[in-house]
Amino acid sequence: MNRLLPFIGFMLLVALFGFGIWWNTQHDPNAIPTPLLNKPAPAFNLPKLYEPAQTVSKTDLLGQPYLLNVFASWCIECGVEHPVLEAAAPTLGVKLVGYNYKDAPADAKGWLAAHGNPYALLIADESGQTALDFGVYGAPESFLIDAKGVIRYKHIGPITPDVLAAKLKPAIAAMLKEAP
Amino acid sequence: MVMLVFAGAVHAQAIEPMPFANHAQELRFQHLTQQLRCPMCQNETLADSNAPIARDLRNQIFKLMQQGRSDDEIKQYLVARYSDYILYNPPLKTGTVLLWFGPLLILLGGGGVVLVALRKRKRQGVEATTVGESADNGEDW
Repeated sequence: MNRLLPFIGFMLLVALFGFGIWWNTQHDPNAIPTPLLNKPAPAFNLPKLYEPAQTVSKTDLLGQPYLLNVFASWCIECGVEHPVLEAAAPTLGVKLVGYNYKDAPADAKGWLAAHGNPYALLIADESGQTALDFGVYGAPESFLIDAKGVIRYKHIGPITPDVLAAKLKPAIAAMLKEAP
Repeated sequence: MVMLVFAGAVHAQAIEPMPFANHAQELRFQHLTQQLRCPMCQNETLADSNAPIARDLRNQIFKLMQQGRSDDEIKQYLVARYSDYILYNPPLKTGTVLLWFGPLLILLGGGGVVLVALRKRKRQGVEATTVGESADNGEDW
């Protein structure tokens, strides 16, 4: 028994490291859980991307749920996510609102012209100031906000087909079931 | 040492100057941003990081300071948006008990094992000195 002790200790370490590797494949270690989950979304008042003279506020969007998708033309991962959003937008069940983050309006418009525009509404946060209230620290990030303006789900990183099927769609379904 | 000084000089240049009201405020700003973690690049402090979000957060902290907010209020402001991840020093609460006292538990556990082993060896040593000697030779690693 005593001779086996170092071996058992070694196997315990192997198990620990194996668990660590497995855990990191299941979780994104860089994703910060938002403290805003199930809390009212922060108030905002931002210009529309295509009509900067008009602004959109949080209260304007109350009454129907929407997916707020933070994107930018400089964000490479957003290009990965974009075709998925375009394909999913018509059947998503909620309005898709584009949140253009820290981007020059001309760059954003050029990017949308090249990649397509799946958004029902586009707002622009050129300085990134409002995004701080949302706890945004990169792009893409997506917030599912219900009709009462409460954040129901947040995804950090690109929405892949897997994320869409396994997380986003169930979150939308659960939200719509509760308050159609 | 020379390298350290040099690295400091490079850092100072990497971060844009801010119009601080006085030197004390500048020191306070530096002290505060060194305790905060950049959300984008989690191995860097807000003071060190050159990521755009770190720059935005530094500007925001600067603004809040000009508004007369205390360090704790600024930390609360950031935690409300970016969770405890933003703090390098995690607060003591139920979720972090193991983080705070885990090392102590391991130390106590290891100490216990050593104590038991030592006692055992002592007893064996008293019972049979010759066996104890050879055992010692085999275990002097």
